[in-house]
Amino acid sequence: MATVSAERATAEAHQGEDSPEAVVVRFAGDSGDGMQLTGGQFTLSTALAGNDLATFPDFPAEIRAPQGTLFGVSAFQINFGASEITTAGDAPDVLVAMNPAALKTNLGALKTGGLIIADTGEFNKRNLEKAKYAANPLEDGSLAKWDVLAFDISALTIESVKPFGLGNKEALRCKNMWTLGLALWMFDRDRQPIIDGINAKFAKKPEIAGANIAALNAGHAYGETAEISGPLHRVHVDPVPAKPGLYRTVTGAEAISLGLVAGAQLAGLKMFFGGYPITPASAILHNLVKVKEFGVTTFQAEDEIAAICAAIGASYAGQLGVTSSSGPGIALKGEAMGLAAMTELPLVIVNSQRGGPSTGLPTKTEQSDLYQAVYGRNGDTPMPVIAARSPSDSFYCAIEACRIAVQFMTPVILLTDGYIANAAEPWKVPDPASFEPFPVSFLEDKNGPDDTLLPYKRDARGVRPWIKPGTKDLMHRIGGIEKAIDTGNLDYSPDTHQAQTDARKGKIDGVAKAIPEQDVSLGTETGKLVLVGWGSTYGPIHQAVRRARKKGYDVSHVHVRHVWPLPSNLGQLLRGYDNVLVPEMNTGQFKTVLRDQFLIDAKPLNKVSGQPFAIAELEEAIAAYFDGVPGNEGGEIPVNDTQLPSPEAENK
Amino acid sequence: MNEMTKIETTLKDWETDQEVRWCPGCGDYAILKAVQRTLPQLGADPSKTVFVSGIGCSSRFPYYVESYGFHTIHGRAPAFATGIKLANPELDVWLVTGDGDGMSIGGNHTMHILRRNLDCQILLFNNEIYGLTKGQYSPTSRQGTNSPSSPLGSVDRPASPCAFALGSGARFVARGFDVSKNLPDVLKAAHAHRGAAFIEIFQNCIVYNKDIFDDFAAAKGVEDQQLWLENGAPMLFAGGTKGIALDVANLALKVVDVVDGDWQSAGVIVHDVTNRAVAYMLVDLRVAPKFREFPMALGVIYDDPKPTFDSDVVAEREKSSAGRVADLGKLLAKGQTWTVEG
Repeated sequence: MATVSAERATAEAHQGEDSPEAVVVRFAGDSGDGMQLTGGQFTLSTALAGNDLATFPDFPAEIRAPQGTLFGVSAFQINFGASEITTAGDAPDVLVAMNPAALKTNLGALKTGGLIIADTGEFNKRNLEKAKYAANPLEDGSLAKWDVLAFDISALTIESVKPFGLGNKEALRCKNMWTLGLALWMFDRDRQPIIDGINAKFAKKPEIAGANIAALNAGHAYGETAEISGPLHRVHVDPVPAKPGLYRTVTGAEAISLGLVAGAQLAGLKMFFGGYPITPASAILHNLVKVKEFGVTTFQAEDEIAAICAAIGASYAGQLGVTSSSGPGIALKGEAMGLAAMTELPLVIVNSQRGGPSTGLPTKTEQSDLYQAVYGRNGDTPMPVIAARSPSDSFYCAIEACRIAVQFMTPVILLTDGYIANAAEPWKVPDPASFEPFPVSFLEDKNGPDDTLLPYKRDARGVRPWIKPGTKDLMHRIGGIEKAIDTGNLDYSPDTHQAQTDARKGKIDGVAKAIPEQDVSLGTETGKLVLVGWGSTYGPIHQAVRRARKKGYDVSHVHVRHVWPLPSNLGQLLRGYDNVLVPEMNTGQFKTVLRDQFLIDAKPLNKVSGQPFAIAELEEAIAAYFDGVPGNEGGEIPVNDTQLPSPEAENK
Repeated sequence: MNEMTKIETTLKDWETDQEVRWCPGCGDYAILKAVQRTLPQLGADPSKTVFVSGIGCSSRFPYYVESYGFHTIHGRAPAFATGIKLANPELDVWLVTGDGDGMSIGGNHTMHILRRNLDCQILLFNNEIYGLTKGQYSPTSRQGTNSPSSPLGSVDRPASPCAFALGSGARFVARGFDVSKNLPDVLKAAHAHRGAAFIEIFQNCIVYNKDIFDDFAAAKGVEDQQLWLENGAPMLFAGGTKGIALDVANLALKVVDVVDGDWQSAGVIVHDVTNRAVAYMLVDLRVAPKFREFPMALGVIYDDPKPTFDSDVVAEREKSSAGRVADLGKLLAKGQTWTVEG
């Protein structure tokens, strides 16, 4: 554990060094180059330096795509700085390109005047051809609008690990550590935590540990001795003033796993997790197998259907059943979700969304499973849906999903996406004592008149009792067939189906009374324009609105966590704005829900490229509502009628 | 099934107040009665017994047994049973499925519950037809079965449930039929087996596939076509006048005549329920086109217990948690952390 003082760094201590508000660095290389590891380690050292940060890992679907190819490029972007960071940043300031393909696929994103660090050792004829370069871009002047720092990282790495007697191939595997060492020097980061980490990881292979550390030190020394002139200079980013307390980095997948464990504990239940391997949801299964002391049972099922069915079976038997997948797997689980809704058993279903349809973009992010979550089942099968906005928010959303599931005896869908699942951010570790427990009580005695059992007798909120098999004398039968009021016996009569359908809908509608009212994330409760988001678009929307407000635009940000049922005040809140814009990484799904529920003229802003929104894209969309004309920003300044007629003017 | 406290019950205690909704004369009635008759003999506790089923005529079974019951979705009963048993290994889990439910839409789950060896009893009612959907041919229908979806006779070759079970790694495989007086004994043997006990029960669908098993499973008159297996006893049938011997040259089984009860000299083999190789031959003894030359192997074909999935999962969980305290605060603060001072 390290200690950081919020007040520590001062400008005096770093005279002669740049001190920008935020810096975006992208590491790009072959999928075998260890770029995700480099990025992860750099993230750790950045968090330890007290910077706020956000990351975006972007890797190919293939485990080991053919070397040097354009589709085999794996990248990791980190945005860190002295102010609050909520996105991985738009355009990188620094691009580390380990080969020609990495340069070609990432160059478009780099800021004009940004720095390229390239490994000349990999810019050979063969790799240039694979990347479809006719000439070497490091030599043909095509990179003139950027600063280029090219040197033979491969050779320097091999040289640095010589004492460890590794073969050429193994020695080259340390290239990522050499690069990391250089990056640590450039951004004034401490090497020690990384060295500790390497020693721990390779405790049984001291020569590998030694070689990696030697490469790391060599990269660092290369920057420090600065035998080269040119653009390589040291950048210091001030720490962000953070609330005092204990911090750690957390990814969305970690936060969801921890939240599920916490949720089960708060409910006083053991947890049963049924899963089946799928990208990017598998990380949750990997995390939960390590925490069995919390009464967690994990079950890697034969398929997605068995995973959810086993979880429902466990819920029936009195544990908190949880299953997790991504869109294609969630589709397979649809029928079983209906059974959980019909039998009214608690269940949490986590969907780490990825690009679709079908197999789509397995490792890329998208928000296109909202219709599937809200509407995607046969029959009238309402189900609460919660969407996490960031890695750390996933923790609180997972607890909320557990709470609603057990308090309302219903399956609950928790939406996250590939971006949140893989991205890391610093998280102030919460105190478990600060959470409100929601202990579950099982029915132990017959609840009907004349010593009868009524398994489907509803309370004032329409919720039935939870009865565990094994409880003495409470034998009863449940199933997917429509059932009589109270007794739950088979009954398909017209009146019963009408009454039970209404009761199931009423119960889920009633969840709206048990969730917080919608707040405004940034801005005012009325105004000219509101951006309504849900899920992982939180970061870019928030930053874009913040910047626009700084320029004087009358724009606010509302971010919805409870996608279904919607917060009871949301409709009224949104009607307080002249314009409603819904940025989403799909073709307009939440926009449709808002239009349907509130009859408001919500407008879509859509992106489905497998990449998160850039702040600049959203700023542009906001500006369009104000014509980008000075004096037309709304707020305190009166609207320029000549540019944008007011409704009153129209009605004259 | 695991150890349990024996409870005194009668057949009546296992009947629910629900009207049984199978067609009059359906073989399911006889199986239901056999189960309800067997449960008191096992000392089973209705409060700790769970019947889990999928979809189909057979899967209505839980509604008629006064225990806990879960009528789930098509083919998935094994997965639900797995979750139930892992969540509470104390429960006595019975799984009721059919040839369509367990061999077609749920074939995958049947395979995996067997290979994992979850402690439960699996009753697969085989009537070689889809009854509830009005008579289409099923995965166990014989080639040429006339049905609404195969008016010229079905083209598919049938699956053999017991061969499938053995191939999936089952440690207990048995057979019975609806109206057999021996069915309760088969059920008892299945219940006594720790692990997944697979029983194929031939069941007469009197509406869509009437009397399809009459050649060996009629109420009376076909006893000569039945080979009732008993561990440690010679494989005799037809009143002891015939037996099963090993055809060494062809590495197969053959029927031999037994004169004056001298089965030894006829080479009749003694049934060893732990012999997996012979079990593979017994499950496919009576197959087309020569099926009438052989009797139908019935009773406990194979029974060789191995540690169960549920006990292994519990053991693994205990091993994984050994010496570790469930401290949520510590868990949240795991990994590399740093403190921001005020």
